[in-house]
Amino acid sequence: MTVSPQQPVVQLSDVSKSFGEVKAVDKVSFDIKRGEFFSILGPSGCGKTTTLRLLAGFEEPDEDGGEVRLLGETVNKKRPYERKIAMVFQNYALFPHLDVARNVSFGLEQRKTPKIEIEGRVRRALEMVRLKPDMFSHRMPGQLSGGQRQRVALARALVLEPAILLLDEPLGAIDLKLRKEMQLELKALNQQLGTTFVYVTHDQEEALTMSDRIAVMDNGRVAQLGTPAEIYENPRTAFVARFIGESNFFEGLARRAGTAWEVRQQNGACFQVPPHPALANDKPIRIAVRPEWLDVQTPDAVPPGENALTGVVREIIYLGETLHVIVTVPGSGDVTVALRNEGQLIKPLAWKKGDTAAVAWLPEDCQILEEE
Amino acid sequence: MGAFRERALAWLYSRPEARAWALLAPAGFWLVAFFLVPLLIMFVYSLMPRGIYGGVEPGFTLAHYTRFFDPLYLQVLQRTFAWSIACTVICLVLGYPVAYVIARSRRWRTLLLFLVVLPFWTSFLVRTFAMIFLMRDTGLINSWMLKLSVIQEPLTILYTPFAVMTGLVYGFLPFMILPIYASLEKLDPSLHEAAEVLGARPLARFRRVTLPLSMPGVVAGSLLVFIPALGSFLTSDLLGGAKQVMIGNLVQNQFSSARNWPFGSAASFIVMALVLAAVMWYLRVKDAGARIEPAK
Repeated sequence: MTVSPQQPVVQLSDVSKSFGEVKAVDKVSFDIKRGEFFSILGPSGCGKTTTLRLLAGFEEPDEDGGEVRLLGETVNKKRPYERKIAMVFQNYALFPHLDVARNVSFGLEQRKTPKIEIEGRVRRALEMVRLKPDMFSHRMPGQLSGGQRQRVALARALVLEPAILLLDEPLGAIDLKLRKEMQLELKALNQQLGTTFVYVTHDQEEALTMSDRIAVMDNGRVAQLGTPAEIYENPRTAFVARFIGESNFFEGLARRAGTAWEVRQQNGACFQVPPHPALANDKPIRIAVRPEWLDVQTPDAVPPGENALTGVVREIIYLGETLHVIVTVPGSGDVTVALRNEGQLIKPLAWKKGDTAAVAWLPEDCQILEEE
Repeated sequence: MGAFRERALAWLYSRPEARAWALLAPAGFWLVAFFLVPLLIMFVYSLMPRGIYGGVEPGFTLAHYTRFFDPLYLQVLQRTFAWSIACTVICLVLGYPVAYVIARSRRWRTLLLFLVVLPFWTSFLVRTFAMIFLMRDTGLINSWMLKLSVIQEPLTILYTPFAVMTGLVYGFLPFMILPIYASLEKLDPSLHEAAEVLGARPLARFRRVTLPLSMPGVVAGSLLVFIPALGSFLTSDLLGGAKQVMIGNLVQNQFSSARNWPFGSAASFIVMALVLAAVMWYLRVKDAGARIEPAK
């Protein structure tokens, strides 16, 4: 089937999937563009794997559970072997009784590819994932390291030249250094091949590194969909703010103050927030501020125009690249401030445990959160 | 005493091979005393002249071995092999799907496994007698079919090859199901999914993934059925009557009513050698099959 380049290759509209009483996926909708690196991110049990399995065809949507379209075609009832997709599994799922070359050629053989084509395509696929064909073709999966198995699994999927590649936490089982390396390689493959990648992960850093867009899932629903910058810098809900990166939360009642808005806390403390459609007089409001957007100031030396809440320094944590100063603020609890480490041996931090200090930030750095 | 024990334990810990021997010794003694020694006695008997009232006379002869190559006995041998192979194949055909269903089910797995091993709660002898009551001319099968007018006269079921095969398959089926179940149960479900997403339809998936990966279970099950089937005598004796003699009946007769212990021993050794040859051939074929995956 030919599809125009503008048409989304994956379309989910109001897709639901229940297992007994449990709604694993609850009215999920999103489109994925051709060639996009799209991540589905969320904690375990959020429905991300079920969503991927709905795309793969291992699960069928509920009876009135919306529509799954791949390349413009409704595939709700289609078995996986009838879909033009490839998939990389979390545990690789290599066939233990077949050597590397036969693992990679498996899909080609099933799709009745002419024999003369197969050998060349297998070689090219192995080269693509940086495995020397002469060295690895005849090894058995049991003789490979985790990273090598990962590459074979990727080659086995890519050799089919699929329009859509599904990846189910493929980097979960390999060590950190190799994982970083593979992240960049996957991103490069995505750009080089023009294949649409749908990537499921619970690792927010991984999703931020590789994705063009991210769907954050929670409780079977899409909590937020956007670019990594949108998700990180403008989380829509407290869940998203908490799940991606660290956040400090402040609560209070909104109040119009001239042309601007301010939030008054129960203990009388007050701070300004930028205009937002969710704001209304006397409405309870929750905002999030990233630790790196906060600063620690002497209470009477806060620069004009900045918000400031006064508290006591509870702890200073040395992390190498940054220092976390944890300030206990009455009414808001522990607030984490991330400061760049300018060298504690040369220029030690002016603050110590027990000091009275203000956490300060610019009003425009407030992220106003919606109800979940 | 305590000091000796300490020293002995320390010595064992310092030598892994001594420890292994210590662990093997009790069962090893059992097998040597009650398997190897009797086997040796039988082998010696098989080379000695027959005693008049059973037992043996002093002397040396190969006559018992040459006697076995009489067409009468060869026919029994041939029948025994044919039936054992048939029994193994039928058990495989009936047992594989059962093992597959058990391995795939979650909810019913324990119950189904329980049902598979349930027959072992009663002695095989009792169960075989029960089959006589089922199969004889006035048995349950015939009386029901007569009552329902499916047949006008009772069918002869008992004392036919069919009865023997039914009894053999019934008796050995669990030994096929359990090993196949064990190898299917270990199979990672994501391998199925991987094959499916790579384009394999159900049949191709079974042929290329499930079957090859369950071969260890198929091999183990086949051996567990084939070898005891070859040596069985109870089933053919009770359900087959005098006409359906198997090699096991022959051996048993020689030791009991015929009182020809040397010939019975010789027959046992010949069968043993043949079983060994058959099993080795089977394992070689299986290994060759595993190495050369059907190209397609």
